[in-house]
Amino acid sequence: MENLPVLTKKDRMAIPRQKMPEQAPEIRKRNFNEVNLGFDEKTAVLEANRCLDCPRPTCIDGCPVRIKIPDFIRMIVQKDFLGAAEKIKEDNLLPSICGRVCPQEEQCEKTCVLRGKFQAVSIGRLERFVADYERKYGNFTPPHFLPSNGKKIAIVGSGPSGLACASDLIQWGYDVTIFEALHEFGGVLVYGIPEFRLPKEILRYEINNLKKIGVKFIKNFIVGKTLTIDELMNEEGFDAVYLCVGAGLPWFMNIPGESLMGVYSANEFLTRVNLMKAYQFPEADTPIHIGKNAVVIGGGNTAMDAVRTAMRLGAETATIVYRRSEVEMPARIEEIHHAKEEGIVFRMLTNPVEFVSDENGWVKKVRSVRMELGEPDASGRRRPIPIPGSEFDIDADLVVVAIGNGSNPLISQTTPDLKCNKWGNILVNDTSGRTSKRGVFAGGDIVSGGATVILAMGEGRNAAKSIDEFIKTGDWDETDRLSQPTP
Amino acid sequence: MNKILSAEFIAPDIKRFVIEAPLIARKRKPGQFVIVRVRENGERIPLTIVDGSPETGFITLMVQGIGKTTKTMNQLKSGDFVQDVVGPLGKPTHIEKFGFVVCVCGGVGTAEVLPIAKALKEAGNRVITIIGARTKELVVAEFEMRTVCDEVIVTTDDGTYGKKGFVTEALSAILNTDRKPDFVLAVGPLPMMKAIAEMTRPYKIHTEVSLNSIMIDGTGMCGGCRANIGGKTQFVCVDGPEFDAHLVDFDQIAQRQKQFVAQERISLDRFVHENHTCKLDSYINQQEKS
Ligand SMILES: Cc1cc2nc3c(=O)[nH]c(=O)nc-3n(C[C@H](O)[C@H](O)[C@H](O)COP(=O)(O)OP(=O)(O)OC[C@H]3O[C@@H](n4cnc5c(N)ncnc54)[C@H](O)[C@@H]3O)c2cc1C
Ligand SMILES: Cc1cc2nc3c(=O)[nH]c(=O)nc-3n(C[C@H](O)[C@H](O)[C@H](O)COP(=O)(O)OP(=O)(O)OC[C@H]3O[C@@H](n4cnc5c(N)ncnc54)[C@H](O)[C@@H]3O)c2cc1C
Ligand code: SF4
Ligand code: SF4
Ligand code: FES
Repeated sequence: MENLPVLTKKDRMAIPRQKMPEQAPEIRKRNFNEVNLGFDEKTAVLEANRCLDCPRPTCIDGCPVRIKIPDFIRMIVQKDFLGAAEKIKEDNLLPSICGRVCPQEEQCEKTCVLRGKFQAVSIGRLERFVADYERKYGNFTPPHFLPSNGKKIAIVGSGPSGLACASDLIQWGYDVTIFEALHEFGGVLVYGIPEFRLPKEILRYEINNLKKIGVKFIKNFIVGKTLTIDELMNEEGFDAVYLCVGAGLPWFMNIPGESLMGVYSANEFLTRVNLMKAYQFPEADTPIHIGKNAVVIGGGNTAMDAVRTAMRLGAETATIVYRRSEVEMPARIEEIHHAKEEGIVFRMLTNPVEFVSDENGWVKKVRSVRMELGEPDASGRRRPIPIPGSEFDIDADLVVVAIGNGSNPLISQTTPDLKCNKWGNILVNDTSGRTSKRGVFAGGDIVSGGATVILAMGEGRNAAKSIDEFIKTGDWDETDRLSQPTP
Repeated sequence: MNKILSAEFIAPDIKRFVIEAPLIARKRKPGQFVIVRVRENGERIPLTIVDGSPETGFITLMVQGIGKTTKTMNQLKSGDFVQDVVGPLGKPTHIEKFGFVVCVCGGVGTAEVLPIAKALKEAGNRVITIIGARTKELVVAEFEMRTVCDEVIVTTDDGTYGKKGFVTEALSAILNTDRKPDFVLAVGPLPMMKAIAEMTRPYKIHTEVSLNSIMIDGTGMCGGCRANIGGKTQFVCVDGPEFDAHLVDFDQIAQRQKQFVAQERISLDRFVHENHTCKLDSYINQQEKS
């Protein structure tokens, strides 16, 4: 390690927050390569030097998995990048992914003391930097393992929650199998979040590492259909099951014209493009309709991904239609910002009431009403109310409905003793992830409704702990109260 | 990867595959389907499970080559592999003792009806199956059907085999007798299913059709397969594929099936170009038995 000049607090605060190098908007809006190019070493060290190494680091409180943020940042300052990666991995298995997709401004960077006038330390970008560095230069060193204990755990769903749970359990000596319904692993990370935000190569690398340390991956296997949970436990000898099947049932708006040609759910649109690689059609066989005027309805990350994808496929105009105002948009600020740079049109306080058909059954217009904001609703956001007589039409030959997902009923239908709330979310006991069915745990989006990658991972790790406890003690308190999460 | 144990043409462009898929073979019930991806970068397509046995671990599929994916699949031979097979998907057909049942099927739909007709017969029904085809050589699975039904009526549009005419005429003859069917199942091209639905509607005969909307995941995740059933949006892959024919909005499904015609054309042209297929091919291939 080099001898470093000692910076004073004032020196540190004088360093401006470093910009993320990115592809120029007019170029990237027509390709699927990653938008953010990542810090180089020099920029990373400079940014790391902005951290005040607070004695009471409030940033940690903002991170759902409590990464030891000042510790890893200090190691970046010391140019011990591989050490920094190790440090993060004590708490977060997939830093290359979280560094890219966490809503940092709502989490770790929100609680950084520098937030505000001086701007928070770019914790996420630094996290991404060290993870990318490790992938490039580090040797994959298998973690420390406990000896095999012969217990078999089934993980249902290969999204971030399942991967995190598997990673812990395998290190504790369990025999871990991940079952995935689709033909690729990664859940939303592979079928939902596009290549330009999260290159699939990174995900494959992480999944390969899990394979190397012994996690078994079985694809094309739908629990509830191919085998039920009871069959897994009673016939296939699994001692516990972790259900992390995600929130995969697209909501529609139930307005006229929703089944017109050219109208997709975000799941269908993104699955065609990401999982099935329709952007490479006809090299890849799955087609997608390319809109001239694309309209995406919704204000979350999914909507941003869909609208930017439509633009990259060749749309002339791509528009977000959202019924609240921009401050209420749940999407990451960075994505909104990037979308605007790419020429995405934002129509706020606008709500579709009908999709209008052309003479051949294709959508041609989105009939909408203007909205105004009323009193705050249950979510604390001001409720949008339609302004009477304010109807107008937006031209559209491609519409993507991105208003959220409910829970897929495949598992609950075939597992009658699994308690769910009225939206189909599996009920669990607080943080333990225990469900109403002995030996069965649940977490991630299927429990919480649509949330975030890092929360899903956190719940996966909590579940791993509870599973370990259950296997060791055999305790299962039947009187446990199940909490009622609301999506 | 799933191994193909046998593959043979049973009619021009229709191939019967026996594929290794032990878990699916164990669980599948009549009316269910699998999603197959033939190759890397290939499409996911739904195919009905025609037969399957838990003892052997094999399932049978019958594929009609109409576009890029089905034609690519129909080039595969025994010993080859298909990239992915997942299932069993969809709700099994509701089987009970209705009394007198008529199954109506056309083209590859006959293969889909076969396991259902068998189950209906085993449940104690009298089962008549009407098989329709354009011409003699397109009649498939007739022999198997005869072994499981009380009666099989074959119609061909051109009169080269069985009765000349359409399945609707054969059904109409039955509907005109005193003993009306208690249940009618129709599987085949949409216009046929729609016509059957209209024929049984006045008699209030419970009628089911198996819808073939375009699918991707087959697990209820994408909503691409959605159809309007009695004014409600349903997902064919998880809520179906069979629905009450009298509630189905056939025109909408027909429209949605045409969503990708332009792209399907491009794919098919590329396929034809790459494979130098000529009109004779399906006949040449037909002789290959393996
Ligand atoms: C387009 C989009 C963009 C997003 N962007 C962000 C972002 O920028 N930042 C962020 O933090 N979060 C983002 N999210 C949310 C985040 O991706 C999810 O919260 C997270 O992926 C949930 O993880 P999970 O493991 O619970 O489920 P999922 O990732 O949904 O994975 C569940 C897996 O289970 C499989 N499965 C389902 N049923 C079965 C079954 N019966 N048998 C076997 N397998 C089954 C599914 O196929 C799937 O692969 C985004 C979500 C979407 C849709
Ligand atoms: C539940 C279900 C069960 C099926 N079972 C069988 C079966 O056992 N054997 C069989 O040969 N086929 C079956 N099909 C139809 C089969 O899936 C399609 O023929 C196939 O997807 C066409 O793909 P392609 O690339 O070859 O043709 P494409 O070029 O993609 O399509 C050619 C034309 O076929 C129609 N088409 C496209 N996709 C479908 C579809 N999913 N269903 C019906 N028509 C479609 C469209 O009108 C299109 O223009 C079934 C479909 C469903 C939904
Ligand atoms: S995991 Fe997410 S919230 Fe936690 S430190 Fe990293 S970027 Fe911040
Ligand atoms: S709160 Fe901000 S400045 Fe303080 S340790 Fe955390 S990242 Fe560094
Ligand atoms: S095929 Fe995707 S929901 Fe039915």
